[in-house]
Amino acid sequence: MNMFKSLSLALACLAPLAIIPAVAEPLRIVIDNPIIEPLPFAAPDFQAEDGAASEFAQNIARVVAADLAGTGLFREIPRDAFISNVTNFASPVQYADWKAISAQALITGAVATGANGKLSVKFRVFDIDNGNALGEGLQFGGSTSSWRRIAHKVADVVYSRITGETGYFDSRVVFVAESGPKNARRKRLAIMDYDGANVQYLTDSNDLVLAPRFSPTGDRVLYTSYKTGFPRIYVMDVGTVQQRVLEDQDGTMTFAPRFSPDGNTVVFSLSSGGNTDIYRMDINGGNRQRLTSAPSIETAPSFSPDGSQIVFESDRSGAQQLYVMPATGGEAKRISFGPGRYGTPVWSPRGDLIAFTKQNQGRFHIGVMRTDGSEERLLTASFLDEGPSWSPNGRVIMFMRESQGASGQAALYSVDISGRNLRRVSTPGAASDPAWSPLQR
Amino acid sequence: MKHLVKAVLLVGALTASACTNAGRFGDGAGGGAGAGTSAIVPGSASDPTSPAYFQQTVGDRVLFAIDQSTLSGSGVDVLTKQAAWLMENPAFSAIIEGHADEQGTREYNLALGARRASAVQNFLIERGVAPGRLKTVSYGKERPLEICSDESCYAQNRRAVTVLSAGGATS
Repeated sequence: MNMFKSLSLALACLAPLAIIPAVAEPLRIVIDNPIIEPLPFAAPDFQAEDGAASEFAQNIARVVAADLAGTGLFREIPRDAFISNVTNFASPVQYADWKAISAQALITGAVATGANGKLSVKFRVFDIDNGNALGEGLQFGGSTSSWRRIAHKVADVVYSRITGETGYFDSRVVFVAESGPKNARRKRLAIMDYDGANVQYLTDSNDLVLAPRFSPTGDRVLYTSYKTGFPRIYVMDVGTVQQRVLEDQDGTMTFAPRFSPDGNTVVFSLSSGGNTDIYRMDINGGNRQRLTSAPSIETAPSFSPDGSQIVFESDRSGAQQLYVMPATGGEAKRISFGPGRYGTPVWSPRGDLIAFTKQNQGRFHIGVMRTDGSEERLLTASFLDEGPSWSPNGRVIMFMRESQGASGQAALYSVDISGRNLRRVSTPGAASDPAWSPLQR
Repeated sequence: MKHLVKAVLLVGALTASACTNAGRFGDGAGGGAGAGTSAIVPGSASDPTSPAYFQQTVGDRVLFAIDQSTLSGSGVDVLTKQAAWLMENPAFSAIIEGHADEQGTREYNLALGARRASAVQNFLIERGVAPGRLKTVSYGKERPLEICSDESCYAQNRRAVTVLSAGGATS
């Protein structure tokens, strides 16, 4: 984890590039368009500026291409189709050669290694149809061990320049790694890059753990553990793996924690005497306030990004439905009205949508609706889809899908909010309860 | 529909009381059965003061209908016997585990399991068991007993299990 602290992501502009008048529509993907033809791009190996850099030069270009193609918005042109190759980062781009193979975007880069295991990566993005550079050249620096992070940062810039939106590749996912048969499942907390690389385990599998959630700065994780024999909320520092229990009150159970957007408050569920309600308390302990007080089940609370409201699920109507209330408690407004049951609501980081799990007629779905409950749309369907988590830019949702039957196993999947691009997320074994970090700094 | 649920529950209760569910106190309690001793081996299922007897003869669990925490008729019968046993064996306390089947989200099932455990706890307290001897915990859908994905397994998994531990009231 320390490598991330030492990573200095120096952003330096290269020499300004000549401005060429546009001749065609500027290169742009509008993500909200109902039909998207993936944009073809070419990503030749980056240029190695010294012998030690050649391994990174290849690998970084591969990760950048995988990030972009993985969105479903871009399509990589196979490298054996290339007519010209990039042999020098500074040489002029042969636009005609890239146009001939239908590339619309070209990403070029160069990698140098310096003293003390430092990497320096510079890159450019070109709009082939218009025959010009898209934005200025940029340079990222960091340690060689952080080469994947540097590649994700490059891809975030390319994504951002072409879509006009913030990227999400330089991010991590905390999740529950599962092993063993269904009736003797063992679970442990794990963390990895968003694309499944660099998996690290944060706990052993001696104690049942559930549903980790990132702090708004990504440095801490809230989760539920049965370490004492009873479910309790813990907070862990991701860097040091130090953990402490948030509250340990005999005779109660606490679970379903989430941070407030400022990171100072935790909202969670507490069961006492068989009744489950929603509470909030300071992350440092104390100042506990009860936000709901009903004989029904109130759980799975999630703050709005401005911190003013909380969406949660309740069966007060007789079945699980979604409600929104002020973050200090008070009257709750029901927002879900369709057939079936709704649970695990999560407010989008953009504030515009709420993702949820829906159960209807024996099937589970991940869906999104506007924060007033309108425009509900279901993105997935399976035997068991559950627990959506938003990408940092609010464009993609990661969730758990578990297969049916005695050999059923959980896996992580992602889908974009239009329902396109359903993919399995690579994990070393069975996995559940993903939580996506904010973009790293 | 109601009748169906009830029938399933009855079948479930019968299977459950026959089921030994190895674990906790199940296996070790026999104590190696010294050859030729009297019919009652202390600590074995034939010893009415043993956890094994509680588990197998009294019945350590009750089952619930889908998304319900109301005790069934057969559940009340089992819990009546559990209460009587606990009153006669004050050296034991118990943790009541509430469980749910896999149809449902994780958090909701934790809350549902808490309701089920609490329903059992309240019944036992009403029948005279000291509150300080009973704790509850919910496992939600985390600890299924049966692992198929249909009602025959789900019915066994929607349960509250009274797990004995040595020691009387703690408060």
